[in-house]
Amino acid sequence: MIRFILNDRAVQTDLPSGSTVLDFVRYHKRLTGTKIGCREGDCGACTVLVGDLENGKLVYRSMTSCLMPLGNAAGKHIVSVEGVNMEKLSPVQQAMVDTNGTQCGFCTIGFVMSLTGFVLNENAKQYEQAIAAIDGNICRCTGYKSIERAAAILSDKMTDKPQADTIDWLAANGYIPAYFTTIKAKLEALNASAPIADTGTAGSKLLVGGGTDLVVQKALAVKQSAIQHVYDTNELNRIYLEEGRCHVGGAVTVTAFAESALIQELFPRLPEYIRLVSSTPIRNMATMAGNIVNASPIGDMSIFFLALNSDLILNRNGERRTIKLRDLYKGYKQLDRSPDEIVEQIVFMVPKGADFNFEKVCKRTYLDIASVNSACLVKISNDVIEEIHLAAGGVAPYPRYLAETCAFLKGKMISANRLREAIAIMNSEIAPISDARGTADYKKRLLRQLFLAHFGSRKEIIKQVLSH
Amino acid sequence: MNNDPAKKRSSISPLGAEGGNIDAANHVTGRSIYVDDIPVMEGLLYVKVFDSPVAHGKIRKIDVTEAEQLDGIVKIFSHKDIPGENQIGGIIPDEPFLADDIVDFRGQPILLIAAEHEDAAEEAIKKIRVEIDPLPVITDPREAFKQGKLLSASRKFVKGDVNEAFKNCTYIFEGSAETGGQEQLYLETQGAYAYPAEHNSVKIFSSTQGPTAVQRTVARVLGVQMNQVEVDVPRLGGGFGGKEDQASAWATMAAMVAYLLKRPAKCIPHRMEDMRMTGKRNPYTTDYKIGLDSKQNILAYQAVFYQNGGAAADLSPAILERTLFHATNSYAIPHVHVTAHSCKTNLPPNTAFRGFGGPQGMFVIEAAIDHAAKELGIEPLQIQRQNMLKNGDEFPYGQIVTECQATHCWDEALDQFNIESVRKEIDYFNLENTFYKKGFSLMPVCFGISFTNTMMNQARALVHVYSDGSVGVSTGAVEMGQGVNTKMLQVAAHAFGISASRIKLESTNTSRVANTSPSAASSTADLNGKALQDACNQVKERLFDFIKKELTDNEDEIIEIKDEVVYINDEASVFNWENLIRQAFMKRINLSAKGHYATPIINFDKSIEKGHPFAYHVYGTALTVVTVDCLRGTYTIDSVKAMHDFGSSMNRVVDLGQCEGGIVQGIGWMTMEEVIYNTEGKLLSNALSTYKIPDIYSVPKELEVRFLPTDGNSYAILKSKAVGEPPLMYGIGAYFAIRNAVLAFNPSAKIPYSAPITPEKVLMSLYQNDQ
Repeated sequence: MIRFILNDRAVQTDLPSGSTVLDFVRYHKRLTGTKIGCREGDCGACTVLVGDLENGKLVYRSMTSCLMPLGNAAGKHIVSVEGVNMEKLSPVQQAMVDTNGTQCGFCTIGFVMSLTGFVLNENAKQYEQAIAAIDGNICRCTGYKSIERAAAILSDKMTDKPQADTIDWLAANGYIPAYFTTIKAKLEALNASAPIADTGTAGSKLLVGGGTDLVVQKALAVKQSAIQHVYDTNELNRIYLEEGRCHVGGAVTVTAFAESALIQELFPRLPEYIRLVSSTPIRNMATMAGNIVNASPIGDMSIFFLALNSDLILNRNGERRTIKLRDLYKGYKQLDRSPDEIVEQIVFMVPKGADFNFEKVCKRTYLDIASVNSACLVKISNDVIEEIHLAAGGVAPYPRYLAETCAFLKGKMISANRLREAIAIMNSEIAPISDARGTADYKKRLLRQLFLAHFGSRKEIIKQVLSH
Repeated sequence: MNNDPAKKRSSISPLGAEGGNIDAANHVTGRSIYVDDIPVMEGLLYVKVFDSPVAHGKIRKIDVTEAEQLDGIVKIFSHKDIPGENQIGGIIPDEPFLADDIVDFRGQPILLIAAEHEDAAEEAIKKIRVEIDPLPVITDPREAFKQGKLLSASRKFVKGDVNEAFKNCTYIFEGSAETGGQEQLYLETQGAYAYPAEHNSVKIFSSTQGPTAVQRTVARVLGVQMNQVEVDVPRLGGGFGGKEDQASAWATMAAMVAYLLKRPAKCIPHRMEDMRMTGKRNPYTTDYKIGLDSKQNILAYQAVFYQNGGAAADLSPAILERTLFHATNSYAIPHVHVTAHSCKTNLPPNTAFRGFGGPQGMFVIEAAIDHAAKELGIEPLQIQRQNMLKNGDEFPYGQIVTECQATHCWDEALDQFNIESVRKEIDYFNLENTFYKKGFSLMPVCFGISFTNTMMNQARALVHVYSDGSVGVSTGAVEMGQGVNTKMLQVAAHAFGISASRIKLESTNTSRVANTSPSAASSTADLNGKALQDACNQVKERLFDFIKKELTDNEDEIIEIKDEVVYINDEASVFNWENLIRQAFMKRINLSAKGHYATPIINFDKSIEKGHPFAYHVYGTALTVVTVDCLRGTYTIDSVKAMHDFGSSMNRVVDLGQCEGGIVQGIGWMTMEEVIYNTEGKLLSNALSTYKIPDIYSVPKELEVRFLPTDGNSYAILKSKAVGEPPLMYGIGAYFAIRNAVLAFNPSAKIPYSAPITPEKVLMSLYQNDQ
């Protein structure tokens, strides 16, 4: 039995916990405002808002309901467009009407939900934040300009939004129905009465985090499997420092990682990197461990952590072992991990005095999968490379740590010649293939460019390397 | 939670050109109803397709024994179960509904699975065994042409004598150009829901741009008369041409299951099935030859177009024709010889996509001009401006240019968008930056309005005035986001002089309006709007006759209805709309009418390829500026500014939306949208994860559309020119602007005229010299 709140009503269901929130909302509750565009989290037409208690606070995040396992809804508030409709149009809906931000209407509900998510975020007031909120919504009709105008109208209205009691203010001003003010208490009550979902124990069950990869790859299998949900497991959701090492829980979402004050301090340019990783609703669901064990050759977070020379702590029913992340990958989708081992933590040394950079190029800069991505941690003193860790995706059957290139560069004086030699070594470490994301030749060339981009402040050296 | 959109509607000025879309309030609340939202009947069956896993082959054996035994499987149908004809070809009968012994493309439907649940159908598909002996696969149109594989007769438009003219040219440049496919990517996939009705009939709710095409196809496959098939179209979650012809197959699947099993049936493919099984914009590869005199006048233009049609004709022959109609875009060229071949390949039959072959033709002439300009060391805009169409010129298809706005748009664009300072800023930027370069381009557009098949330029509308004064309007127009319902509402409100809140736009239904042309060719509002005016005017005439009989014996009175009040000789009478209707009804006046419209003046003689095929043309010019990141090979579109000829826009909000959306779609086609098939005919860009359309961050930072004041055209509805397709072609400018920015970094790069210009092509061109 899975129990949660759907719009203004408490609901419970015996449906498989691996079936999707989308199918539950559309076909079991016949709330047809939520649309099906792609069933792979790439269009946003099925976006719903998910309200959850985070440190005692009710926080709403947008998620693509097509990838959200029903089990992950347990104990939460799921909001579809029907749940924000009121007697009058909300200012979000009105802005979309006034700017003609809707043409065929099919994607519109997703935009309305994402923008309502922006409005519900107590810290969101800027136009850029409104646009970021809809970075996972695809529209084929408008060319987005009218939607940008709607976002501008809305962000202007957010100036007066208080940071405390935001939901009360929003309800009083007609942004959301009044029932929202009762949700926090209801969720507290719901979560106090266990169990809200049978998440089972480890064993032969399928481990499911945010669902953003598994449900895309094999929706039917997930629906038909016994599942152990780890998305909401508290001990897997922590980020902390200990003895100079940073510990990131396996179920930490990309969003939680990006919002962590601790991580932001370590990586000043973090927002730039994270913006390149999928989209807001997917980042709200996707977990670190999921990105790592999915072993996609172009996993953004895998590349990120490889360049931090990270360790993994694997846990199998309390039996723990630590391995280097780079030793996890053995071949295409082959891992040094048994299916019932949970990625408990990713652990890396806090980079001190080193520069970190993440690069990613795809056909579409945002909301796309990389042709090639690369991250690099490099410590240079007096033009000598003291330490370097370099990783690249899209150039091998799995996320690649470029060990030989690193070994070559370590201790060398940085110069165009050294970088040229490093590139030659790097080319011998990779074996890109031609596919929909680019030809092998292109990927090889692109990696050279991204490698050079890691040394972006040394323009003259880059020029010399390229003018050769 | 009562939010009556009709209330909202009354706040929209019925006649104002600033009024928004009448569907907007329903859209933002999720209350608009698409095919999959219609409440279904008890006993619904789900229909799934088993499609060909190979691109070409002979079916040796199909084994469904295991699949049929699965729980929830009701029946599996093959071509042998088809009650009528196994044929869905629209223009040419060359496409089986379900494959018989040969499969011609990967994704071709072979079997239909009718199941109690969708999951069961998916399980069944995995259990179906088929053995196919492979046959040679062709994906390249030039190869198909070499082997003589053509879908239809080749076409040729000739004006003057190019051979003679080339002899007089100072400069001649030859080359080739190619444009890729484009997935329509309507956010709502294809789909239909059908149920059996009395008298061996079937009713279908279809997501189609062509209700009559669906009706005709279903009747043919079921072996029944057209009157036994009722097609209803509530609205579309986008079409863009992809649902003009190719909606028919999905509707036929649902209809056949409903008809044979006497149960309601729904057939809605998942996104990946839709992408795999349906056709896209036709890719083209073309050889061109352009000749100029010493003063850069284009004297002669020759081109041979090889269209990749896919495995069946579909709409490709008509698309081919429009490529020729727009082969010279906005330019007056005295000697033209353009040929086009529709080549048969083993890909899903390619089909309509906004622009319908026009963009493919225009890209090539722009490439030829760019080629000439680069060789001559001048800017393309010199050649473009100098050869622009003007009144009295003759198009290669014989129509004489009238009411020309080409130079008007061009000159206003250059002036208002300040081309001189744009150029200076770009030069300065490029001097200052090593790893970032900017480029710009100018893209003129001249697009003909009318179906090029003259017969299709007809429409009908049905108007009922109910006894309470409310009005129901049915036309053949399908609302798919283009705002045609809003325009129809405006037309009716304008004709009757009443508030728009009284008027309701009905679904598009073949039992109410028959023999419709598809909503396509940018002509939907013109054709259906004019038919609607006719219907409204008929009712109005009867009402005026009635008024004259009731109030006056003078036949010469001038009667009109303004703001719902009847005026006689400019004086308000006792009649307002409501009591007028009530009394007219009591006196047994016919308050319903069927209107009809057939575009006058147009004609085209295919035997000589000459005539007057278009009611009028739409003109415009766009300036595009881009920045290329020369380290990473990526780019951003800084701005697109268009000077567009809307005529006298009847709804600036809707028209602006069409323009902005079209431009971004065109940019997508030219930049990131890359349809990739491998040599085995397998679609590699087969999902939204591998086929990318513009997102909110990739659109031009600045997109400005200016409404050029023009008189419009009397063949345009309320003089408001058609707007659906023309703006898409401004997107072609993005290709040339990016190309120019790459050349600013690497002046010696040899960049083929090949679109889309993906980040891969950009990077490889930037560093071409390394190889």
